[in-house]
Amino acid sequence: MERIPILKMGKFLLVTIQIDMHDRLALSLQDDLTEMIVKTQAKGVLIDISSLEIVDSFIGRMLNNIASMSKVLDALTVVVGMRPAVAITMVELGLDMKGVKTALDMDRGIELLESMMDQEDSESAQEPESDNDSTKE
Amino acid sequence: MAKEQASIIADILKKQETEILNRWVKEQLQSVTLRSDLMNESELRQQSSEFLSLFREATSRGVNYDLNAPEWSRVMEMLNSASRSRALQGYSPSETATFIFSLKQPLFNSLTETIKENTGALSREIWNVTVILDKLGLYTIDVYIKSREEIILRQQREMIELSTPVVQLWNGILALPLIGTLDSERTQVVMESLLTRIVETGSYVAIIDITGVPTVDTLVAQHLLKTVAAAKLMGAECIISGIRPQIAQTIVHLGVNLADVITKATMAEALKTALVMNGLHIVKSQPIAKKEK
Repeated sequence: MERIPILKMGKFLLVTIQIDMHDRLALSLQDDLTEMIVKTQAKGVLIDISSLEIVDSFIGRMLNNIASMSKVLDALTVVVGMRPAVAITMVELGLDMKGVKTALDMDRGIELLESMMDQEDSESAQEPESDNDSTKE
Repeated sequence: MAKEQASIIADILKKQETEILNRWVKEQLQSVTLRSDLMNESELRQQSSEFLSLFREATSRGVNYDLNAPEWSRVMEMLNSASRSRALQGYSPSETATFIFSLKQPLFNSLTETIKENTGALSREIWNVTVILDKLGLYTIDVYIKSREEIILRQQREMIELSTPVVQLWNGILALPLIGTLDSERTQVVMESLLTRIVETGSYVAIIDITGVPTVDTLVAQHLLKTVAAAKLMGAECIISGIRPQIAQTIVHLGVNLADVITKATMAEALKTALVMNGLHIVKSQPIAKKEK
């Protein structure tokens, strides 16, 4: 059975989806990725969907689930390179992917992950100050 | 059955062509629907005589009521181009149809003069002419309306394309000044062009300016939110600017939730925010150089 490769790149895990996702593949990716996060202690996951042309409600939900699972395992998820047509479809389907961060391309995705991790670090460093003025995005 | 008798019309047309033409042109010139500003007499005369000769040809072997028949094809062709050009010139439907209907009077006169002794034949002939001229008149209206619709469609398409420019304000900052009402079809075009431009330019921020949108109802707001959500999915932030006071009131009264979207009153404010989001600042240079940036 075909699998989606998960690469380790520094502190992050890199998932490039280059074939059309079907449901079983999505589920196996979920398994593999969670296992990989635990094994490598990765702090961030980049999912590149720039060659994904079809996203249905199931795949959309899957991406959401993967993000929530990674969060539980203390890794942040960024989905990068969504195509315009896919974005429009997702909106029309009513999938707003509230829990997932998105970025335009891989560079931006890495930047975003790093800034988010910095933010987390600084937040945990100055714990007593419960001032919440940092913007969410 | 109509065929044999009807050649009388062709006969009359042949013998009295110039007379009928003169009367017809006079009729058209006198009618209130003449547009002397759009067509002069010689043009009208030329068009009329062309139609008459084609009409004579078509009826030479009797009147066939079926306008799809081959003998009518040239008449139809001529009428087609005539009413199409009138539609383009800005004639009204009745003005266009008068061209055909005003032929009735001169034709009836000639018919009456020629066969006044036989009332049976006369009424039959008049009936024949009436039927065929009515059909031709209706045809001109059909063509007229069709060409008008084509014009409207073309303009609609042009408007959609014209009214959705996506401009790059700064490296990484796009602006989308929206002008006119937003319907679902336009939103689709706007969304697509914005998203493709985001990919092309690799922008972080898109400013949607709605100064030119006359009314914002729930549907328009829905469309706007959809565009914002789609851009967000691709990793770009959207700022909505140019919200006029009345529109702000309407949005609140309608209960539209714009809390998740950054909104600014003016494009200038939005640009400032966008620059800050990109980590840029505008600094005033030395007083000698007056230009900022």
